[in-house]
Amino acid sequence: MLTLLPQLVIGAADLCAAFLFLFGLKRMSSPATAPSGIRVAGVGMIAAVLASFLYVFTVDAAARPHLLVNIALAVTALAIGGGAAWFAGRKVAMTAMPQMVAIYNGMGGGAAGGIAAVELFGSHTHGATQLAVTLLGGLIGAVSLSGSAIAWAKLDGVIKKSLRVKGQQYANAAVMIATLVVAGVILAASLGASGLLLTTPTWIWIFFGLALLFGVLMTLPIGGADMPVVISIYNAFTGLAVGLEGFVLQNPALMIAGMVVGAAGLLLTLLMAKAMNRSVANVLFTNFGTAPKAKAGAIQGEEKPVDASDAAIKMRYATSVIIVPGYGLAAARAQQKLYEFVKLLVAAKVSVKFAIHPVAGRMPGQMDVLLAEAGVPYDMIFQLDDINDDFVTADVALVIGANDVVNPAARTDKSSPIFGMPILNADKAKQVYVVKRGQGKGYSGIVNALFYSPNCEMVYGDAQAVLVKMIEAVRGLGAAAA
Amino acid sequence: MNLEIAMTGFVALYVFMLAGFAGWVIIGNVPAILHTPLMSGSNFVHGIVVVGGLYALFNATTSLEQAIGFFAVLLGAGNAAGGYAVTDRMLAMFTTSDAKPNHRHGHAHARVHHLKKS
Repeated sequence: MLTLLPQLVIGAADLCAAFLFLFGLKRMSSPATAPSGIRVAGVGMIAAVLASFLYVFTVDAAARPHLLVNIALAVTALAIGGGAAWFAGRKVAMTAMPQMVAIYNGMGGGAAGGIAAVELFGSHTHGATQLAVTLLGGLIGAVSLSGSAIAWAKLDGVIKKSLRVKGQQYANAAVMIATLVVAGVILAASLGASGLLLTTPTWIWIFFGLALLFGVLMTLPIGGADMPVVISIYNAFTGLAVGLEGFVLQNPALMIAGMVVGAAGLLLTLLMAKAMNRSVANVLFTNFGTAPKAKAGAIQGEEKPVDASDAAIKMRYATSVIIVPGYGLAAARAQQKLYEFVKLLVAAKVSVKFAIHPVAGRMPGQMDVLLAEAGVPYDMIFQLDDINDDFVTADVALVIGANDVVNPAARTDKSSPIFGMPILNADKAKQVYVVKRGQGKGYSGIVNALFYSPNCEMVYGDAQAVLVKMIEAVRGLGAAAA
Repeated sequence: MNLEIAMTGFVALYVFMLAGFAGWVIIGNVPAILHTPLMSGSNFVHGIVVVGGLYALFNATTSLEQAIGFFAVLLGAGNAAGGYAVTDRMLAMFTTSDAKPNHRHGHAHARVHHLKKS
């Protein structure tokens, strides 16, 4: 009877948490209600964590002697882990958000893997099904932990090159198979099999070692441009691992939250892959850099330079301007200056819209956040499908720091590696200005046919410096523009 | 009264199926402009794993289990707290344009203030 009340409270708190998570995520369907959505979910989390301390009244007799130490450890871990991550999350720059999210993803995966490890080492699981699910969840969690760590290192610039070795895919497959075989051995041992060479705990160590190794090997060859897909996948992986460990612990709140996140991650993964016109398998298992390059000389015309102030004045007297920002804008830390320029245009009664490609940035939607940080109101920001028809009627398309996502070769040139990728139709505007550091190819190394088209002019220079000149030019026109 | 939750066999599969479906539908309705906060927000949601970590740690009997349980709680807590912090920060940045430019200026100020505070 002593355990009845704690169980009731824990059950009720977890039920509330699951409801609040779903309700909070539901409120994310609009920027107006989204801030309250995360707070609602936060309340659910606090309720679930506080209630879980009541587990101390339900522990097995074997764990009773250790209970005080365990509680102290729990409080310490919560304080250190939660405190450090909270502090880091409050400080992190918006441009560094992808690597931060990768870290949090890895932490969740690691926690799920840790739960699996405790269950395995302590032989807490009952029956073959539960053991198999524990192993599966542990495997996915561990892969997510080490894979996210590599993704972080790549995004943060710690690892600069994509390591590609011939036959790497076979090595990866071999490691995966070995991991599954070891999982089978652990399963067999629990069913009473003998003659397994090593003790079960040793096999468990090998199992997690191989799983971690697989996460590293799988992520190393993937290029920086494909990171939006990778982060989404690990988000889904961690969700799945949490859901599976929730089953092992018989905790429906973990099962529901994990599976919801798993589905969310899967959806975003597919959206990102679609936006690059590549399959998820293609991102994971092939090397983008080795794709055949478009032949030089296939493009007619030349790049025509134009002065920043001339371009600015043209935009000042235009009726409508669409801006296509890319990651280069953020790399030059020029979002604030861009919005300053946009405010001048808006004051001069120019209609200004931002057009965002789904893979602009290093994770889904990152460009939207960077613009929001600079103060750009969200009703000026439009996504690919909503704005692509507007380019035909736009006077000016201003491309800043974007390249491949406006390359018309994706529509027409079957030999181009990006053929078939949905692009922003910037080339269809009456006049196109491209702000670019200098002549040269984009992130993917593909020649951009847009730069050579008759209606396109190039503004060479650092985005920040160019925008300062543009702002001065428009201000110089006098009170009418200011 | 029996409060034991029995999530076995098909019941578990039904829960997984319904939760996955709910996630797919709810997330499918989120506009692309919010995809980064959505990802960090769903990231926060899987931070619930900390609850499982606490359960495992409370039931630990050996030093090894205690050590792993400690790390599970540490990582899970980091996942939850960090995910919340960044999501909340990002969502506070999304503002709408107002008819009055002065008003918008006020918004910008509030935002800067918010960032400084953090």
